[in-house]
This record gives sequence, C-alpha cells and structure tokens, in this order.
Amino acid sequence: MTKLKRYRFFFILLFGLLLITFMNQAIAMKTVQLTGKSILDMLFLLPPIFILVGLLDQWIKKESLIRYMGEKSGIYGVFFTLLLATVAAGPLYIAFPIAVLLLKKGASVRYIVFFLGAWSTVKLPVLVYEFTSFGSKFTLIHICFGLVFYYLTGILFEKIYDQQKLLKYHLTKEV
Amino acid sequence: MISGIILYTIATIYLVISFTKDKHKTMVALLSSWKMFRNVLPDLLAIMLFVGLALSLLTPSLISSIIGENSGLLGIIYSTIIGSIALVPSFIVFPLGYTLVQNGAALPQVAVLMSTLMSVGLATLSMEQKTFGRSFAIARNISAIIMSLLFALIIWVVMT
Repeated sequence: MTKLKRYRFFFILLFGLLLITFMNQAIAMKTVQLTGKSILDMLFLLPPIFILVGLLDQWIKKESLIRYMGEKSGIYGVFFTLLLATVAAGPLYIAFPIAVLLLKKGASVRYIVFFLGAWSTVKLPVLVYEFTSFGSKFTLIHICFGLVFYYLTGILFEKIYDQQKLLKYHLTKEV
Repeated sequence: MISGIILYTIATIYLVISFTKDKHKTMVALLSSWKMFRNVLPDLLAIMLFVGLALSLLTPSLISSIIGENSGLLGIIYSTIIGSIALVPSFIVFPLGYTLVQNGAALPQVAVLMSTLMSVGLATLSMEQKTFGRSFAIARNISAIIMSLLFALIIWVVMT
C-alpha cells in the first residue's frame, strides 16, 4: 500500500488526463505523445547515470575528491566543477544524484551549488544551440553572469548549509 | 538519443571493468543504483505527465501572445511562472526561445523564460527536497529565479 501511495500524484494526473480525453481528444493525444517522449528520454539518460554514480560511490576515495572539490581546493575546485558540468547532458534532475555523490565524498557546499548552477547554464551541447539562435553577445552575457552569480551563491550557501546536514536526505535511503 | 547511447556504452564499459576487479563492490554499486532509480521513479513519472499536460495546453503562439513586445513587467512575471513550472529538454529550450521571438515575443521576457526553464524546477521540487532537504531546495530555486530576473534585466539594458 505504501508503495502505491508514492504514485498518488501520477494517478491523480492520469485521472486529469482521462477527464481531458472526454473533453478534447487532440490535446489528450498530444499529452500522451509528449509524456511518452519525455519518459523515453529519461530512460535513455537516467539508468546509465545511476549505474555510474553507484560505481563511483564504490571506487572513488574520499580523499582524492576532497583534493579536487573540497573546501581548500581553490581554483582547482572551480575548474573541476566547471569541467564536470560542461560535459554534462540532460535536464537538471539528473544532476541531483551526481551532486549528492560529490557531497558525500567530501565536496564543499560551495562547489555543489556552483555545479548545479553551471549545469543549468553552460552545458556544451546546449551552448551550440544558444549561440546559433541568439548570437555571441547574448550567449556571453548569459554564461559570464550565470557563472559569477552561482559562484557567489555557492559562497553564501556554504555559510548557511552544513555539508553533513544536507546528507541526511540520501537518495538510496529507504522511504 | 545519441548522448543516451554514449552514456550506456560508458556505463557498460565501466561496469565490466569494475566487475572483473571486484565482484562484491560491483554488486553493491548496482544495488544502490537500483534503489536510487526506484526512489525517483514515482516522482519522475508524475513530473513527465504533468509537463506533458502543461506543454500541450500551452502552445508557442499562445506563449508569444502573452509575452509580446509591450507586455513589460507583467510579461516578465508570466515568463518566470511558466519557465519555473515547465520542464523542457535543454536542447529544445533555445530553439523554442527562437521560435517565440520569431512569433513576436520580446527578448528579455524570452531570456527569463529560457533561463528559468533550465534552472528552476517547481515540478521537480519534491524530488529535489528528498535529495537535499526542503530548505536547501527552496533556497536554490529562489536563487535561480533571482539569477534569471537579473539576467533578463541585463539583456534588457544591453540589447534592446
């Protein structure tokens, strides 16, 4: 029963879709298509990411990650975080499990916030689209302002949130 | 699609390497991967369906008419709300923004829409809460909204 309860939002929405089907079949069809496509996208990206996160969790030593993304990593932390976020693919929700892993291995809160921010601003594959659709000036403003803003946010969040406290909520925890 | 194939290939290669080196560690890793997947699946399915519904109700021409050249501050507010709720694959965001501008939407409004689409996720908030806790998730989303608004302001000053 508790397992079914976790799907309650899904079922509520499914019921909503059923209602729409009676009112307007074209919209319902489009919804099914769009939803199907996003679920397919999700199945293409999420399982391999989770496998990699699971493996990294087992193999990466905490000390080495602290050196690259820990509190005293300095400029290396910035570059390493940027590198991780730039080569990334997929929507932001894929970055959450990766961020938790990094946090667990000793990355500082500052770089986690920076990582999530950079993930949503400077993904390399997406930059190509931004550049061709909106030009270099727009893209440069977006990247430069975004990175500076999220780095400063990271410094601010580091003062507010404790690394250990954030880890209380782990994804593999039984619900 | 292509990035999916690349990811599956990389994951398989590392899985094989890991398995030959240490069977036990690999099994533990796979078990934790499966648990992660099982934990996010209910939220994800609901999110996908929600976004599917939202996107089929909101068409590009409808959005363009809401956030046109003269929509001003109200247009910015609407873009922020739409962008925060909807969840669009990132490689679609900029082509979509371009379509909106072609249909008569104003640049700062489109900028805030695209930026919030990628960085703010009200639909994924429940999932983010389970990952980092409520306070952090909300604070991060608010900071992303502030960033998007400031970004639109800069675009408005510099490019219009």
